[in-house]
Amino acid sequence: MLRFQTKERAILKIMSLTDAEVALIEEKAEAIRETILDMLVEAKSGHTAGPLGMADIFAAFYFHILKHDPKNPDWEDRDRLILSNGHIVPVRYATMAHAGYFPIEECLTLRKLGSRLQGHPERLRLPGLETTSGPLGEGLSQAAALAHAFRMDDKPQQVYVCMGDGEQDEGNIWEAVMWAGKQKLPNITAVIDRNNIQIDGMTEDVMPLGDLRDKYESFGWHVLEVNGHDVRAFVAAVDEAKSIFEKPVAIIAHTIPGKGVPDIEFDYHWHGKPPTKEEGERFMKELRSGAGRVPHEYA
Amino acid sequence: MVNQNAALSKDLFSKDIEQKPTRDGFGTGTIEAGKADPAVLVLCADLKESTRAEWFEKEFPDRFIEVGIGEQNMAGLAAGFALAGKVPFMASYAAFSPGRNYEQIRTTIALNEVPVKIAGMHAGVSVGPDGATHQMLEDIGLMRMLPNMVVINPVDAIEAHKAVVAAAKTKQPTYIRFGRSGVSTITTEATPFEIGKTLVLWKGEKPKVAFLATGSMSSTALAAARALSADGIESIVLHVPTIKPLDEAAVLAAAKAAGKVITIEEHQIAGGFGSAVCEYLSSAYPVPVMRLGIHDMFGQSGTPEELLEHYGLSAPHITEVARTFVGGKQNAL
Repeated sequence: MLRFQTKERAILKIMSLTDAEVALIEEKAEAIRETILDMLVEAKSGHTAGPLGMADIFAAFYFHILKHDPKNPDWEDRDRLILSNGHIVPVRYATMAHAGYFPIEECLTLRKLGSRLQGHPERLRLPGLETTSGPLGEGLSQAAALAHAFRMDDKPQQVYVCMGDGEQDEGNIWEAVMWAGKQKLPNITAVIDRNNIQIDGMTEDVMPLGDLRDKYESFGWHVLEVNGHDVRAFVAAVDEAKSIFEKPVAIIAHTIPGKGVPDIEFDYHWHGKPPTKEEGERFMKELRSGAGRVPHEYA
Repeated sequence: MVNQNAALSKDLFSKDIEQKPTRDGFGTGTIEAGKADPAVLVLCADLKESTRAEWFEKEFPDRFIEVGIGEQNMAGLAAGFALAGKVPFMASYAAFSPGRNYEQIRTTIALNEVPVKIAGMHAGVSVGPDGATHQMLEDIGLMRMLPNMVVINPVDAIEAHKAVVAAAKTKQPTYIRFGRSGVSTITTEATPFEIGKTLVLWKGEKPKVAFLATGSMSSTALAAARALSADGIESIVLHVPTIKPLDEAAVLAAAKAAGKVITIEEHQIAGGFGSAVCEYLSSAYPVPVMRLGIHDMFGQSGTPEELLEHYGLSAPHITEVARTFVGGKQNAL
């Protein structure tokens, strides 16, 4: 079993990102959050808490971690990022737009008739989405097969998959966890958004998940836990995951649902609804004032 | 009389005609497809002997994927392999796949439009002693309702082999239905097969009824047509291996020639093959159609022969029903 000592882990952190790189990712994450609010207000439907909570991680993926090319989304050697909990797709759309996949204005077509930006992601409608998702519990199976296929063919791509914590209720997840563990896949990293909410309430009230770390470890996974809003720590965890060859790796990313808008942070009622126009304006002010830390704002 | 262009078995009406389950065609077909294309994989959910997936495993151990008893994961894995450029066949009993994993198939395979080939084994009451839980009678309906999905139900092991080889070459999600029990091998290597095409097995002069049958029921229909002919009632037997897309031109031609249609399938009469025929004919060329199959009930334990007889899918029963139907009574059941 390969486990990094604390000292080695610290070195990885230092190697992983410069201050300027951290600043760039954080700046992008803020812009992505603003776009998410704009999209949801315009769409008048959709999920708010999850996308805001995952903005830092998506910014880290698209502006540092992934090997990808926004101008050539079908590039064969690209890394694959599977979004299993498709309902948080506004964060992916917003991030892709900021990364140059399509104009940011197109984000405002979210959930509208004829849009490439479906309420839940459809691979065939928008280049750059790796699969179609929404019904929960299915992304890990597909990601594991992609990783297995790349290993069969000696291809170097990394496969990443984002899942929700509420999504861990699904039996399909555990079938896939067992299979990936059995295959000892070296090239897959699963990110679990541990924000503790799902539609009907707090995850531990709706369906206690037990010890996620223990569960994944018992099926042969290596498990890391990070603060999902600390991009330096997250990138370091991904680097560590890539260096582990004997096992698939799960990163449990502790996040704040609704991150950046204190009015809705931690509130499960915001899992599945969008802000009204008035709420959107208020939330935008909160975002732009750094959640109240900046005394004046520039809106 | 028998359509000579179909190049059917010389033992067609002999007691010695070869009896073989269509699932054998999955075993041999995947091996041929695997030799032709290194991207072909076979996934199996802990049923490799009875699905014949182990025949492929023996040839290509590295391309056989054992997923354990997890049909939902198997569907997602198959979708993932297809996204990576592979051509995955996923095999289990039809009761579990597509029975258990319908939503995974819907979202990750059909809506995603990836070239996954779903092999549903042990379909129909002819599974026999395992009983109702394992006798899948709703799979054709489930699969043909999905946009993008091709649905094939071969008559015998030779045609099943051809269907597997042909499906491996297409980009479309495809469901192929197989049976557990031995059935008459009525076709030969020379019999034409093309996805989306039907095959006329029997063509009588001035036919009074057209049998439109799918799967091994086409062999049964052929026996019924022969028995009716001996009594001076001529008919057409159209074997329909591809239920979706339906060969509408051939269905229309048969309906026009005979004026009455009997559909036969080892499946619920609601939602399956007969329904597909009615959906088409009701607007294109309305004629009386009688659907033979399972009438809104589950199966039970028994031998395959006993069960087919019990549920009205034996050749003598079909012959009698057809005789009455041709005589004008539509409620001949």
